Amino acid sequence: MRIVVCVKQVPDSAEVRINPETNTLIRDGVPTIINPYDTHALEAGLQIKEKTGGTVTVLTMGPPQAESALRECIAMGADEAVLLTDRAFAGSDTWATAYALSKAIELVGADVIICGKQAIDGDTAQVGPEIAEFMDIPHISYVRKIVDAKEEMLVVQRLMDDGYDVIESSLPMLFTVVKELNTPRMPSLKGKMAAKKAEIRKITAAELNVQETELGLKGSPTQVKNIFAPEARKDRKMLEGPPGESISTLVKELVALKCI
Amino acid sequence: MYIKVNRDLCTGCEACIQSCPYDAIVLDNEKAKITEMCQLCSACLGVCPEGAISEVREASDEKQTAEGKGVWVFAEQRENKLAGVSLELLGAARRLAERLGTDVTAVLFGAGSPEANELLHWGADRVLHCDDPLFSAFNDEPYSMLLTKLIKEHRPEIVLAGATPIGRSFFPRVAAALRAGLTADCTSLEIDPETGNLLQIRPAFGGNIMATIFCPHARPQMATVRPRVMKRLDYDGSRSGEIIKIDASGISSRTKVIETVKEVSDISVNLQEANIIVAGGRGMGNDKGFQLLHELAEVLGASVGASRAAVDEGWIPYRHQVGQTGKTVGPKLYIACGISGAVQHLVGMQSSDIIVAINKNPEAPIFSVATYGIVGDVNEIVPMLIKKIRELKG
Repeated sequence: MRIVVCVKQVPDSAEVRINPETNTLIRDGVPTIINPYDTHALEAGLQIKEKTGGTVTVLTMGPPQAESALRECIAMGADEAVLLTDRAFAGSDTWATAYALSKAIELVGADVIICGKQAIDGDTAQVGPEIAEFMDIPHISYVRKIVDAKEEMLVVQRLMDDGYDVIESSLPMLFTVVKELNTPRMPSLKGKMAAKKAEIRKITAAELNVQETELGLKGSPTQVKNIFAPEARKDRKMLEGPPGESISTLVKELVALKCI
Repeated sequence: MYIKVNRDLCTGCEACIQSCPYDAIVLDNEKAKITEMCQLCSACLGVCPEGAISEVREASDEKQTAEGKGVWVFAEQRENKLAGVSLELLGAARRLAERLGTDVTAVLFGAGSPEANELLHWGADRVLHCDDPLFSAFNDEPYSMLLTKLIKEHRPEIVLAGATPIGRSFFPRVAAALRAGLTADCTSLEIDPETGNLLQIRPAFGGNIMATIFCPHARPQMATVRPRVMKRLDYDGSRSGEIIKIDASGISSRTKVIETVKEVSDISVNLQEANIIVAGGRGMGNDKGFQLLHELAEVLGASVGASRAAVDEGWIPYRHQVGQTGKTVGPKLYIACGISGAVQHLVGMQSSDIIVAINKNPEAPIFSVATYGIVGDVNEIVPMLIKKIRELKG
């Protein structure tokens, strides 16, 4: 089975803040990490490979520096890594990102494609399903358990708001994973050695053989107009004094507001 | 488009370097230089004190704008029950349609005539309804195939869905097929008075930052919207409209829903429907602390929520989690106990009507969204609050 796992190198978003004066990002050396959901996607790929045989290829689209994320994936056990990198991809929204990734996956070849449910910088959860549409294959989002994985079909549980659905899909197909699915393994010593030596395959825009107008900012239907800091509440009341007093005031106010 | 630095104006002050989330600006001969890391996110525009950074638009940035008319809402149902967010979206769609001088269409897959009529009562002018059994359970492929087909036929200018597991899973397929722009998890929608474009406001970077997204050319403009942020219209049982039956010929699926399983607890649903939520964070100290919260919830008739920190500690299951990676809630009363208020949590609860924050750190960000704040130890204050409310309720 040919398994492709899509990963993204992201700023550790818990660290990214905005300067409310200037409405710009304060980065101050925010570290980059592999999108946490993607490590669960890779673990899922490795487990399927262990059961059915085959290869796990990790794929990312990003700047040349994203190569370090791919080497981490090889250390975890991926067989090979592909970096889709080109100035022409800059400014891609999810449409253009998914389009480029789908063309790269066609070059690599895949029976199963696995993505994290979303990336923690954008949180859109769109690229996975969009890749599936571009490749004209089925997809299942929010997979929390793999019930059965065979050469020709996959049965999984999809997490929903009120429980889960059990879904069967033919192959080739794509699925996205939630963290409950598994615990990603630590890199092995052998893996770390392999990661150092691994040859990372690089694919540029020209190799995708697509119109330039479908890539990067030109290929992106959406654009960012501006960014700003979340607003704070104006009608705040701090209840001071000894706890007994502040609680009496609170309960009185809540009763007056018909909250309780 | 690309970002340009005017090297004659640049003083090498590095303000832009600090602003770049992608490490894409470097100093080259003491002047800022944009490298190939640039993602064109525009974060650096406007930070330069010398005005040396600008965006350069190229002729090829301009594309043909497709026309379109009408605001559509995808009305989600599960086991014949309409999702609350779909009714909220009818309210939002009505407001947008009035600004644009157009009407509101609801699209309903599965369920029956009673649900289709409900959508009219909640504000739709028209319902496109397909009740083929293929659509009774949610399945990505048939849902996206049929919605894509309908949008191609009718060409609406805006199409909205709830940012639920269903909307967030199949809307991207529709947008991909239509070459349409799609913005996820919007918390606010406006019409740009100058261009008539839909301005879609959403949290990014884990909720630390809000972004306004727009689609200058592509149509329809598609968005998923978080539950509990839009207001429903008043229910009007006398409101009528047109229900158009849609047939599902030519729609097929390579995935099959074998079984739909409800988890024993309905807490996750309750959280989003709850009038009162009592939520705890790391400040509760341990799972015994959460026992206190369950007790408080019981006397108030409330549901129990939690911050991610408390869920990660294993004090309470994930389905109770409120925030960016959990549920978005909007109860009448939200009592946050021992929650510091990371922005990721705040985006999930700040649309609550009244917020009470109890935290021992007076600097905790939770107080910035609170209606009432009490600085103190939750393990002392919560038991007193329980006692006080018990007295009140006799």
